[in-house]
Amino acid sequence: MSPIVTQKLMLFFPRCECEKPIIYHLVKDHNLIVNVYRAKVTPEEEGYLVLDVTGTEEDIAGAMDFVRTFNVSINTTGRGVIRDDKRCTHCGACLALCPTGALHIASAATREVAYSEAKCIECLKCIKVCPFGACASAF
Amino acid sequence: MNSRQNGTSAAIPLTLEQKPMKTYEQINDRIASGKAVVLTADEIMDYVDKKGLTAAAEEVDVVTTATFGPMCSSGCFLNFGHSKPKIRMSEAWVQDVLVYTGIAAVDVYLGATQLRHGDPANMYHPGEFRYGGGHVIEDLVAGKPLQLFALSYGTDEYPLRELRTWFTIHDLNQAIMVNPRNCYQNYNVAINDSDKTIYTYMGTLEPNRKNAAYCSAGQLSPLLNDPSYETIGIGTRVWLAGAQGQIYAEGTQHAGAEARTPEGIPMGGAGTLALTADMKHMNPEFVRGVSLRGYGVSLALGVGIPIPILNADILKRTCIRDRDILAPVVDYSRDYPQKTGRVIAYVSYEQLRSGEIEIEGKKIAVGSLSSYHKALKIANLLADEIRRGDFLLSPPLACLPKDTAMKPLVIREEPK
Repeated sequence: MSPIVTQKLMLFFPRCECEKPIIYHLVKDHNLIVNVYRAKVTPEEEGYLVLDVTGTEEDIAGAMDFVRTFNVSINTTGRGVIRDDKRCTHCGACLALCPTGALHIASAATREVAYSEAKCIECLKCIKVCPFGACASAF
Repeated sequence: MNSRQNGTSAAIPLTLEQKPMKTYEQINDRIASGKAVVLTADEIMDYVDKKGLTAAAEEVDVVTTATFGPMCSSGCFLNFGHSKPKIRMSEAWVQDVLVYTGIAAVDVYLGATQLRHGDPANMYHPGEFRYGGGHVIEDLVAGKPLQLFALSYGTDEYPLRELRTWFTIHDLNQAIMVNPRNCYQNYNVAINDSDKTIYTYMGTLEPNRKNAAYCSAGQLSPLLNDPSYETIGIGTRVWLAGAQGQIYAEGTQHAGAEARTPEGIPMGGAGTLALTADMKHMNPEFVRGVSLRGYGVSLALGVGIPIPILNADILKRTCIRDRDILAPVVDYSRDYPQKTGRVIAYVSYEQLRSGEIEIEGKKIAVGSLSSYHKALKIANLLADEIRRGDFLLSPPLACLPKDTAMKPLVIREEPK
């Protein structure tokens, strides 16, 4: 049996597919463990869902095929929270408030602040505390 | 100094380290001929450790220092030139941000912390303060078109009573940054002793000392590399956001007499600088509007100041390291607003930069408002300008005071 992996996904619903219980099917039919970070799914509007799925690679691939049948686009690099490198001054105001270390010092010598998207749990604190407006939400 | 007290100057015995090695003129000659040896305040310690103090002092001409962070007491004078017909502006707004018009007809002062007209401020606490004076200054330096709206009561020679137009920095006769207080020598570390989140100019502070915030470039900061103001004084040429400017006065709240370590390093705010430079020569990367949730708007600026290595003593002071600089940890929920004067502890910048400090047995995550990354970039840009012969040093015209303390504002009854 192939190893269990966790993948962070951002799903974009062009028009609402929210009457369909997609998450239920991910769990029930595709054996995935689902951890939803953030969702904005409103009837008649575009929707977003950022989540971790944990399961075998085969199960995840099968689940993605299933999700695509709903005209939902899948972004496997997450990107629910975006950092604009040009606006970031590397001051570090975000560092003590980022709960997972997604925003961290990349080099002790240059004190450059880096962003590891995979570690981000989308708490959105950085958006509120960045003095330079460098962090933003995709939705 | 003893010599001051007995009124003679000839009696000062110079230590070997204070013995003059170079003059400003000699250093400037070497800069002009492209031969100056320039290091940053981030590099100099290891260099001196390797070469030895005296040899390094002979060799090194200039050490560059820098800082980048929010500096609220900043702003600029703008001159618009005259419209046809003319107006004597009595009220004016740039991008809906109020500017001061209590000066000549088409001169205004735009301050960094001015809010945009209609900003709800903290009416729904904490306010977001997305755009204000600091952001207008950023956009101005970036060359963006800005809207001017001005009103006047009308006079015989200035009859126009209302004006709306768009301009860029290139349309202005002058755009001169004039900052009453920049480059604090040292600064508080802010924490929150209360049980609810507070929103301050040091950022968002979570309850029960969950996080701390500091704001200094530490070992790279200008006045920490010249703690007794031996070379940095009024008239010193500085690098202000890429433009060549000057220190025009001591900064407001300058308090040279602040408590110091035995090595002479201030353990609190202490010195400040009033800076000016032509905004038309500034680099927008180092002029950045700041939004502080629940507090307001401000302006982050990059400043670089060269220190001439006139003798070994001056060089020794530039070798300061983060571990030698202490900052006071202050509670911003009660002690700071109520001006109790309580300092909870002192921590070094080395501890602060580790990302965690320990106060009274509790580990506290640390963030910063000052960008060491940008400061390092500025120190290197300035070093390059000096090496290329494009930036000459100027000796101070007057010294910054070392003996002044900060006075409080006393709330009094009306004098009889």
